[in-house]
Amino acid sequence: MTRLSINGIEVDLEQGTTLLEAAQHLGIEIPTLCFHPGLSAYGACRLCVVELGDGRLVSACTYPVQEGLRVRTHSPRVLRARRMLIELLLSICPSSKRIQDLAAEHQVERVRFSVRDERCILCGLCVRMCAEQMMAHAIGFVNRGYRRRITTPFDLTSDVCRRCGGCLYICPVCELRCQGPEAPSVVCGSCVTPAPTCPPVYGDLACYMGAAGECGTCVREPPPDPRSSDLRRRRESV
Amino acid sequence: MKIRTLEQLRALAEELRAARDHRPCVRVCGGTGCRARGSEEVLARFKTLLQETGLAEAVDVKFTGCHGLCERGPLVSLAPQEVFYQGVEADDVRAIVTETLARGTVIERLLAQDPVTGKHARREQEIPFYRRQHRLVLRFNGILDPTDIREYIAVGGYQALGTALTHLTPEEVIEIIERSGLRGRGGAGFPTGKKWRMARAAPGSRKYVICNGDEGDPGAFMDRSVLEGNPHSVIEGMIIGAYAIGAAQGIIYVREEYPLAVRTLEIALAQARDYGFLGEEIFDSAFSFDIEIVRGAGAFVAGEETALIAAVEGRVSEPRQRPPYPVHRGVWGYPTVINNVETWANVPLIIERGPEWFASLGTATSKGTKIFSLVGKVMNTGLVEIPMGMTLRELIEEIGGGAPPPREIKAVQIGGPSGGCLPKALFDLPIDYESLTEAGAMMGSGGLIVMDDRTCMVDVARYFMDFLRDESCGKCLPCREGTNRMYELLTAICEGRATESDLELLEELAHVVKETSLCGLGQTAPNPVLTTLRYFRPEYEAHIRERRCPAGVCKALIRYVINAERCTGCLACLQPCPQQAISGQLKQPHVISEERCIKCGICYEVCQFGAVEIV
Repeated sequence: MTRLSINGIEVDLEQGTTLLEAAQHLGIEIPTLCFHPGLSAYGACRLCVVELGDGRLVSACTYPVQEGLRVRTHSPRVLRARRMLIELLLSICPSSKRIQDLAAEHQVERVRFSVRDERCILCGLCVRMCAEQMMAHAIGFVNRGYRRRITTPFDLTSDVCRRCGGCLYICPVCELRCQGPEAPSVVCGSCVTPAPTCPPVYGDLACYMGAAGECGTCVREPPPDPRSSDLRRRRESV
Repeated sequence: MKIRTLEQLRALAEELRAARDHRPCVRVCGGTGCRARGSEEVLARFKTLLQETGLAEAVDVKFTGCHGLCERGPLVSLAPQEVFYQGVEADDVRAIVTETLARGTVIERLLAQDPVTGKHARREQEIPFYRRQHRLVLRFNGILDPTDIREYIAVGGYQALGTALTHLTPEEVIEIIERSGLRGRGGAGFPTGKKWRMARAAPGSRKYVICNGDEGDPGAFMDRSVLEGNPHSVIEGMIIGAYAIGAAQGIIYVREEYPLAVRTLEIALAQARDYGFLGEEIFDSAFSFDIEIVRGAGAFVAGEETALIAAVEGRVSEPRQRPPYPVHRGVWGYPTVINNVETWANVPLIIERGPEWFASLGTATSKGTKIFSLVGKVMNTGLVEIPMGMTLRELIEEIGGGAPPPREIKAVQIGGPSGGCLPKALFDLPIDYESLTEAGAMMGSGGLIVMDDRTCMVDVARYFMDFLRDESCGKCLPCREGTNRMYELLTAICEGRATESDLELLEELAHVVKETSLCGLGQTAPNPVLTTLRYFRPEYEAHIRERRCPAGVCKALIRYVINAERCTGCLACLQPCPQQAISGQLKQPHVISEERCIKCGICYEVCQFGAVEIV
């Protein structure tokens, strides 16, 4: 057993436990985006950063518990860092309800960067889902740095993709599109959406087969336009 | 021929030295810099001319590793005359053969000249560039032929290995390295002995040693020069390290962009195997070890050790969280020691001369010497090796020779793109790990870019951020998006579009990227921004508040005008202007049309009278 303290609470945990699991064990909530309990930890979104006793900020999802570690999950430095990370996320993915919700929770009220809607935060959940759960390895990252993106090998229709939809299922930003009344570049404040607004089709969601042409799986009845439905009236009344 | 005992090796060294010492020798620099300046042709000309004159049998001609003074290449040194020629062209070779080699006359025009006294320096040690250096790791660069292991053996090579394998236990080797105070030369300065001890103690059925030759900083060529010039010192260091931690396999990770280094290493490894320094039962001990080369596809991030491990395993070079550290879980999950090229090259030296001798060099916490590649706006660019603790001023002004007049040095970027820009006011800072980190820069692997007063610090920060946003692997958000956004903000400042709040945002973002990034690349990426903000904030403010670039670099904020009083009307600037933006008559002051001018600066360069001004 390894003894450490999280936010001043002493706890004994088994070796190999991560700080995120440790915090969850204590009922402390740490925001995550690229983490999923069914997939390997990746440590890319950095939202789960926590402060260690020596002042370092490390990602809780990948950091193993260590004897005598002192961890603060919500120190002022951690919160400041998380707010900046959310602002960066919003600036590349303003239409994501998940990110808008995070922004609301963390009192991020403005985006000071120029907004470009990329509809992908490169968290890699879909890549890991495809590789680790579906054993398909149909999609992966290409390029590096600011040119990084997710696609099939050589942007060609993948032979190994089984059209299972696992990548869409697990995506934290394309599953629920924020349909706030304002333009997507504006932070909608707090998402008080009364009901899920995303149509139950894949329609215009991020499709990784896109560059290779449509695979056809997602073609179904055209969805009702949510904007014209009574959803909008309901939202406006809220 | 396999070497079995230390005595046999010593006898061979003695024999080789005796055969070698009396022969005249022409050493042509075969470093990449000199080759680019035509040293291959110089070498070929020497060979044909010596054939013609019948001296081929009596004189050795060879390529050596980098001499260091790349600025003045191609370099040629002659032994035993001890003459050091620079800027040698193929046409000079006949004169060297007929005068210096045949008659011993020194050709003055090929010697280095002191810019102040005008005196010619005949020997390497008389040149200020070399006089202040302390060449240990580089001591055989410029002397040995890197493709011939016998030359390395002749100067005592592999004797440290023999001593370690036959007289020392692995623990004793680790203790010697610990006592020497050697710290990693790759940047962070982790104590090498401690790293080895951890790897030795780590449980694992197999262990690995890796040489990190992924040198990717713009303007850095330290590791390349060592690999090209003296590969055996690195190989010997690795074998000693492998013996110390109990590894049977070594890997040299070197960039594919260094074809000469790869070729030299391949030759060196094959020769080391022939002589039994690699393979089964080295020096008749129970220790067996071999090294393979892994060529990297040239990603800057692959120099980060966990990313390097991924690359060696054949995966995309992306870093992962540490712990577990590579000494516990490295290549294929086995304990692995990763050290930089220069670190490995120091190891045989420490075994040979003892840890006390090594610890006597340098400062209290930084021992030994450090190689820097000195580039930018200095007179003597090239490869230098200095004792730790030398001040930046000594390095830049005495060895580097200062800026070419009339310019003045303004700052130096130390530690590569993730290092920091230090202003002239800090030039009395001693070069050691702690002082540099405290000043906001870092030792880095040894890139040193000198900047003069015509360098805009905002533009410099922007340049490095452009490099880093491209070289970030893109795995973690703060590094990928943060460097990209910092680049955007810096571009806005350079173009005069930024506000005070952008400056605040830039600083805030830089701190978050530094704190939250996954690996060393992202954690140090904001350093150019943070140090320029710390030491050159007025320059940022001038760009924002006055829409002015004090150094006259940022195109959106400057104008070229002709000072009518200075202009002699020589027409020299009219023709080269690509826009035909300059008009004027002979002996009448010229005028630049602001509408047409694209601010290329050609007129500024060609004007002999300083009449073109940047406002």
